[in-house]
Amino acid sequence: MRSVVTIIGKDKVGIIANISGLLADKNVNILDINQTVMQEYFTMIMLVDISNLSISLVDLKNELEKIGKEMGLSVRLQREDIFNKMHEL
Amino acid sequence: MINRNNILETIKMIDEQKFDIRTITLGVSLLDCADTSGEKSRMKIYDKVLRYAEKLVPTVETVEKEFGIPIINKRISVTPIALVAGSSNDKDYVEYAKILDIIAKEVGVDFIGGFSALVHKGNSKGDDILIDSIPASLYETNKVCSSVNLASTRAGINMNAVKRVGEIVKETAYLTRHEDSVGCAKFVAFSNAVEDNPFMAGAFHGIGEREVSISVGVSGPGVVKNALEKVKGESFDVVSETIKKTAFKITRAGELMAKEVSKRMDIPFGIMDLSLAPTPAIGDSVAEILEEIGVESCGTHGTTVALAMLNDAVKKGGIMASSHVGGLSGAFIPVSEDQGMIDSVNRGSLSIDKLEAMTCVCSVGLDMIAIPGDTPATTISAIIADECAIGMINNKSTAVRVIPVYGKKVGEIAEFGGLLGHAPVIQLNSYSSKKLINRGGRIPAPVHSFKN
Repeated sequence: MRSVVTIIGKDKVGIIANISGLLADKNVNILDINQTVMQEYFTMIMLVDISNLSISLVDLKNELEKIGKEMGLSVRLQREDIFNKMHEL
Repeated sequence: MINRNNILETIKMIDEQKFDIRTITLGVSLLDCADTSGEKSRMKIYDKVLRYAEKLVPTVETVEKEFGIPIINKRISVTPIALVAGSSNDKDYVEYAKILDIIAKEVGVDFIGGFSALVHKGNSKGDDILIDSIPASLYETNKVCSSVNLASTRAGINMNAVKRVGEIVKETAYLTRHEDSVGCAKFVAFSNAVEDNPFMAGAFHGIGEREVSISVGVSGPGVVKNALEKVKGESFDVVSETIKKTAFKITRAGELMAKEVSKRMDIPFGIMDLSLAPTPAIGDSVAEILEEIGVESCGTHGTTVALAMLNDAVKKGGIMASSHVGGLSGAFIPVSEDQGMIDSVNRGSLSIDKLEAMTCVCSVGLDMIAIPGDTPATTISAIIADECAIGMINNKSTAVRVIPVYGKKVGEIAEFGGLLGHAPVIQLNSYSSKKLINRGGRIPAPVHSFKN
């Protein structure tokens, strides 16, 4: 199964390091990354494979949100199928 | 592959446009819970509903987190209690309402619906007792919702029951007078009630339904309004197409999540209700969509046509998106739950008469309207009868949920709290309908009901 991690907020040092560190620690494989910085605002979308996730999806979501809070970013995790369902026939 | 625009659009819908799933409703049949002993019957109801509903709230909360889209309400609907309690020797069914309330509190759902009777053609013993028990039941419980179906296209209008229900509304208003007659917000009178409606106060699990099912009601007025802001000045062709596409996206999200809940609970998926349901939050308003379409203030001339187009476009988009569409499926126009409607009443542009006209083209009826506390029961019955006529003649569901706010007059504000919102007391026609209502009897089914 795949999920989408979205990080939005003010750019700063260590965003990718912190997020990807946690993902690696929980056995999540990053499949694709799309990132831009527009007027200091950082938007990163990661497509991740959670098939071998070592904790529950909800726990991973909580931990990601915790990092987001500490770094002053909006970090969210959503299952990929919601976007496919909504935007594709 | 990441489609950046799609992902960011979805996030914007949730964060800025208040996109959510309004309700996931678990329907449970209680037909096998009837017993000559009321006490035994209630034990069966308790055991059965709890068995199925135990995991509802935690499952919904997990799915909500995994998909990142809020699910606002968790609800239960049951077989109309009049059908179950009718077998018992009880002389009043308040205890049935109380057991439903206990169940709702134990499993943590927001509402439980089905304290209901279907009397469109006539009343059975159980129906009479249930209707008489409504005021005390709504007074003594918090989470129980009640409904009565008074008319149908096939059967006509049961005017005796219409008369009695007007009195019931008044009694409920009096009993709950210390909370702005909020009891009436949990009761709705129907014409052509549907059996699979997941929305309150009118949800019940119809007798043609399976043992248990999971149904879902989406929301999303804010999303529709936002989409329309991007097509300012364009023709109606463009407007309806835009609404259709938006409704499609919203519906697909709702169905995916409901199916996930259904899979995890091992309970079959029932239907998807496409209704656009507003909340009192700013930007989550059906009235604001109508104003975006082009009326200066909701209720002025042109409101009905805008609503008709909106309702139809929502259905078209939704039908394409879901395998099973049902329930009420259309735009809701509850006054107290929609800040745009409240503002329109306060501005004097939205009247009870215009609301009645609007109910001819949308899915429900006169919903969450505060009326003066001294309104006679016969006037309330007449308001209900008018809506029944609209439903009966037009082959559609219509409903009345009015709150005669005890002690309050036109222009004063009634506070119901939470999703039920607040509403200014609206002006009614002051002339009497007493003679009409006192006739009683049954209005025959219209000629177009003979379709066989």
